[in-house]
Amino acid sequence: MKLDRRAFMGTSAAVAAALAAPMVRAAGHGKPRVVVVGGGAGGATAARYIAKDSKGAVDVTLIEPTRTYYTCFFSNLYLGGFKEIEDIGHSYGTLAASGVNVVHDWAVGVDRGAKTVSLAGGATLGYDKLILSPGIDFVDGAVQGWDLSAQNAMPHAYKAGSQTELLKAQLMAMPEGGTFAMVAPPNPYRCPPGPYERISMIAHFLKANNPTAKIIVADPKPKFSKMALFQEGWADHYDGMIDWIGEEFGGGDVSVDPGAMTVTISGEETKVDVCNVIPAMKAGRIADIAGVTDGKWAPVNAADMSTKADPDVYVLGDASQQGDMPKSGFSANSQAKVCANAVRGALTGSKVFPARFSNTCWSLIDTNDGVKVGATYEATPEKIAKVDGFISKTGESSDVRKATYEESEGWYAGITEDMFG
Amino acid sequence: MSKLSLHTFSRLAVDLMRWRLVVALTGAFAASTIAHAENLGDAENGKRLYQECRSCHAIGRNAKNKVGPHLNNLFGRKAASVEGFRYSKSLERQAAGGLEWHIDTLHAFIENPTQVASGTRMRYRGMKDPQDRADLMAYLRQFSDSPANISEADPTADAEDHDLSPEILALTGDPEYGEYLSGECTTCHQAGGEDRGIPSIVQWPEDVFVIAMHAYKNKTRAHPVMQMVAGRLSDEEIAALAAYFAGQELE
Repeated sequence: MKLDRRAFMGTSAAVAAALAAPMVRAAGHGKPRVVVVGGGAGGATAARYIAKDSKGAVDVTLIEPTRTYYTCFFSNLYLGGFKEIEDIGHSYGTLAASGVNVVHDWAVGVDRGAKTVSLAGGATLGYDKLILSPGIDFVDGAVQGWDLSAQNAMPHAYKAGSQTELLKAQLMAMPEGGTFAMVAPPNPYRCPPGPYERISMIAHFLKANNPTAKIIVADPKPKFSKMALFQEGWADHYDGMIDWIGEEFGGGDVSVDPGAMTVTISGEETKVDVCNVIPAMKAGRIADIAGVTDGKWAPVNAADMSTKADPDVYVLGDASQQGDMPKSGFSANSQAKVCANAVRGALTGSKVFPARFSNTCWSLIDTNDGVKVGATYEATPEKIAKVDGFISKTGESSDVRKATYEESEGWYAGITEDMFG
Repeated sequence: MSKLSLHTFSRLAVDLMRWRLVVALTGAFAASTIAHAENLGDAENGKRLYQECRSCHAIGRNAKNKVGPHLNNLFGRKAASVEGFRYSKSLERQAAGGLEWHIDTLHAFIENPTQVASGTRMRYRGMKDPQDRADLMAYLRQFSDSPANISEADPTADAEDHDLSPEILALTGDPEYGEYLSGECTTCHQAGGEDRGIPSIVQWPEDVFVIAMHAYKNKTRAHPVMQMVAGRLSDEEIAALAAYFAGQELE
């Protein structure tokens, strides 16, 4: 079934803008069409930039099932009590008003031969360029005893929203002196410092509300992002509360029983009150359905984020396998702008500038104790390659840490405005 | 007669330093109508001192808002009232409480802007010498009390303290390239010009932008993210960004 594209126009303003815009002809039909799947840091940014910069010359449709987007970044600050859930929720109304056709539906099929995307609601959309920014899904069987049916007993809270609220509710309901367990993921995964910022925020919450509670982290990795900074912070702020069990102490040998609420690490079973299971990750399923993945992720060309499998299909953010950039919202936003520039150039003949990427990840350890790590990147024929980088130092003054936290608040305001307008 | 609101007074009166300000303001307000004429200093010296202000504030013929609002007709103006300029909420609150710009209020503000509006976007450390402030105001006053003078006055003169070569400053940036490059900036610096933890860079004068970015590039300005970002920008790329941001319209 082919649906009239105008039926998808988000607002009458978008219709007016689209009708008033000059027509640019693509092969075989009217305006060139871009379909973007996934409205997060990658997809929302790409859709907005293409619509904004082409001034209506490109028809941009964004497919995103949720009506409110909760950012994964800063969701740990909600767990810690520094943000309300509303603070990290964003409507797609601003994107619709800026000329993006926002369709709230699931993309369930991609026919790369016919260049169409099919939706769960039954519609089929044609595209000239397809941008997939589906984020992550979890690898089946990654943590013994856990699957998605157990996500209420043992939340992952690694896609922000109801899962994050559930984890917060469980945290608040923990008995006095109870045990919080986290099963940390293996590399590569979304937001390398994320699990450890989360541990910090949970410790912050428990220190104030349940100070005799304990935190156990089972980690399959020998080391992790900003490790020295987090460990210094944990010793300074939450001494004795956090037990991090890394690879060498059997942190990778873990199974859970969501019914009995137990976690078994290296043969030793522990009864826990809350268990946050963050399983191994892979590209969001639509990338697999589209046939552009190789193993868990979708390999892409660094110059424009087009997939190795198909020059008209692009993959952004966490789902892509691109080289040196971490899987982060900042990275996805950075990649989206490179992709948008290339896609617009291919469809309208606008000037295409060389790819350049950057990333910074801020983490909050305790009140006004922020740290950051970042790098710049360039496109090489092989991959996105790191150029230069920096990381906060251990032993920094409290003024520097406070300024770093305030900077992260500024960044949040900046990137969400960049994504949604 | 301008006055600060009671609320403002109670907020200002939290410590001794601020108490001193309140006392000074109250005294000054009482005398303000007679003080205007006598308190003006040396406008020539004021013109020299104005170099500290000119990177953000234009004054004189055709002066437009830059990082800060233009300063024509400043005297007697209600605070936060220049059309088209986006003020901090903090200064807008002061204006709602009745703050107007006269010699007395300007003395307090220029001495330390955050004493008068704690959240002001005016990032200025303050001019501590009362005589310097009086001289500066004598200069500013030329653009207020007699509108006829404004057309004869030069726009803000050019002079800056920096080591940048004239060739770099003379580069003409490509705003289209700048717009593309700006994507790297707007992940953190809000495109709408708001300042929440990270300063606004919208509508920065080109020369100030170029000087600042080169200072990050050669690491004389301290900030690891900015040193890293500026570190790989070529002279042409910095010029392109400067051209783009200087010409950016606020939505």
